[in-house]
Amino acid sequence: MEMKIKNSAPRKLFLTVNVIVLLAIGLICVLPFINVLAISFSGKIAVTAGQVTFWPVDFNTDAYAFITRSSAFVKALIVSVERTVLGVAVNLILIVITAYPLSKPTSEFHARNFISWYFVLTILFSGGLIPSYMIVRYTGLMDNILALVLPGSLPVFSMLVVMNYMRSLPHELEEAAYIDGASHIRTLIHVVLPISTPTIATVTLFSFVGHWNSWFDGLIYMNSPEHYPLQSYLQTVVTNPESFFRQTTNLNEDLKTMLNLVNSRTANSAQLFLATLPILAVYPFLQKYFTTGLVMGSVKG
Amino acid sequence: MTGNFGVRKNQMRKYKREIPLYFLVAPAMILVGIYSYGAMAGIGIAFQKFVATKGLFGSEWIGLTNFKTLFALPDFLRVLRNTVFIAFFKMIGGIVVPVIFALLLNEVKNKFLKRSIQTMVYLPNFLSWVILAGIFVDILSPSTGIVGRFIASFGLTPPFFIGDPKWFPGTMIITDIWKTFGFGSVIYLAALTGIDPTLYESAVMDGANRWKQTLYITIPGITSTVILMTVLSMANILNGGFDQIFNMYSPSVYPTGDIIDTFVYRLGIQQTKFAISTAAGLFKSCVSLVFILASYWLADKAAGYRIF
Repeated sequence: MEMKIKNSAPRKLFLTVNVIVLLAIGLICVLPFINVLAISFSGKIAVTAGQVTFWPVDFNTDAYAFITRSSAFVKALIVSVERTVLGVAVNLILIVITAYPLSKPTSEFHARNFISWYFVLTILFSGGLIPSYMIVRYTGLMDNILALVLPGSLPVFSMLVVMNYMRSLPHELEEAAYIDGASHIRTLIHVVLPISTPTIATVTLFSFVGHWNSWFDGLIYMNSPEHYPLQSYLQTVVTNPESFFRQTTNLNEDLKTMLNLVNSRTANSAQLFLATLPILAVYPFLQKYFTTGLVMGSVKG
Repeated sequence: MTGNFGVRKNQMRKYKREIPLYFLVAPAMILVGIYSYGAMAGIGIAFQKFVATKGLFGSEWIGLTNFKTLFALPDFLRVLRNTVFIAFFKMIGGIVVPVIFALLLNEVKNKFLKRSIQTMVYLPNFLSWVILAGIFVDILSPSTGIVGRFIASFGLTPPFFIGDPKWFPGTMIITDIWKTFGFGSVIYLAALTGIDPTLYESAVMDGANRWKQTLYITIPGITSTVILMTVLSMANILNGGFDQIFNMYSPSVYPTGDIIDTFVYRLGIQQTKFAISTAAGLFKSCVSLVFILASYWLADKAAGYRIF
């Protein structure tokens, strides 16, 4: 039951000002992206002259035509897609098969507490950069896409979120499956997983964003820049805008003529926007599931 | 009455039923064992005169010599100071801004407006610092960036936000808050919607105005969440934000912008001084661990929070 109270004049003024302030704050969060987007679609001369704000000047798609034909960008994009697909799959499988046993009460899985601490400890303390790097080297994963997948193969925080969710499910469901003679695997696949979809969706998104956005591991574990995922490749371009053109010196004639149409700012803007697209594509889901996931994970009832 | 034998048989069956559970956790235990615990064992490097070709077992043990060398480096104290300075203000801003934002957004009753504002402010949180650094390097450039042009339109000289050591730490703090505040507010908005609406109704009956309601119902209603988040954020006291700073800093801002993590990277990966770099990383991990444990302990005491 909601009470209808007439808003007083000062209250109305506050509400109006409040909305205006909040919209302005919202704009501050998105205008930088709009500026970059506008630059990516603008003419090289207008960009250099500083004429572009939030709308393209001399609209064209040259930067995109150039980038999508640059082999460095396309190669990096493929590596990124591979590591994301592989990485998310490995993450999900390990999260599910690890969270399920740990969601059992200690009476049904006696090592539960010990194993839980075994994983949680890795959140609290880590070996640091050099030891982690050495392990990847000793296990022979340098320059291998598995170096981007195996070291973080179990995202412990996500696993805890799923585990907590599974623990909150009514025990009778699994009990019934047990009495029917179902094995643990069958119970997991046919009883527990179908009702865990909201949390699974949440951790899938966590993993997707994590893998897509990772750049540092690619930078240190991949010896050759051709094996860089997109974000690592962009990192080298961002820190040194001119390096982009140095990398593309062995272009074919077709692309060389295009260098007259783009400059490092329009080309970089186009690359930044393209790298953002997958995140934008899942953004509606992110908003829906990340929120519940975050709240579930941090303030457990 | 079940006989002794029956009990044991039952117990046996119970343990037997546990076996598949061990198989399920085994793959993750092995991988975490190699890559997390293996790396922890690698901490030994910090106490060695480490030679990569000899490895962890062949290198000579030299006790705390690496730490002595590290603490004697003139850069180390500077790096420590920069880290704490940047991390501390990110922490403060990372609490204050989201709380105020959540309180203001909570007053917006129009669903569409509220949703639109949320959609805008959550976005930066999901993008990597590589992308965001690319954007900030462009828009903050004093000559060509849109921010520089905006400042210049008032007749002022735009500062070199990411190239000037005077401006760099502030730029890192502000841009980090910009990235995280929207999403940081989610938890407070959840706490705000959790406040019992009958409290407001009875307050109105008692003649409390909006301001009084905010002061005596809304703010106390989220205090425990604010305390919890503050306590948990203490764990980040040595996290200056590697991803952000690494992608925006340059040698000219080292005096104010170099942090432990970037220092560890340069020492270890670029200069291949593995032992000293590991020592610096271990120093950070140990101090952080103390803060994490203290913050979890406090969070448990203050708000009954437990991670699992």
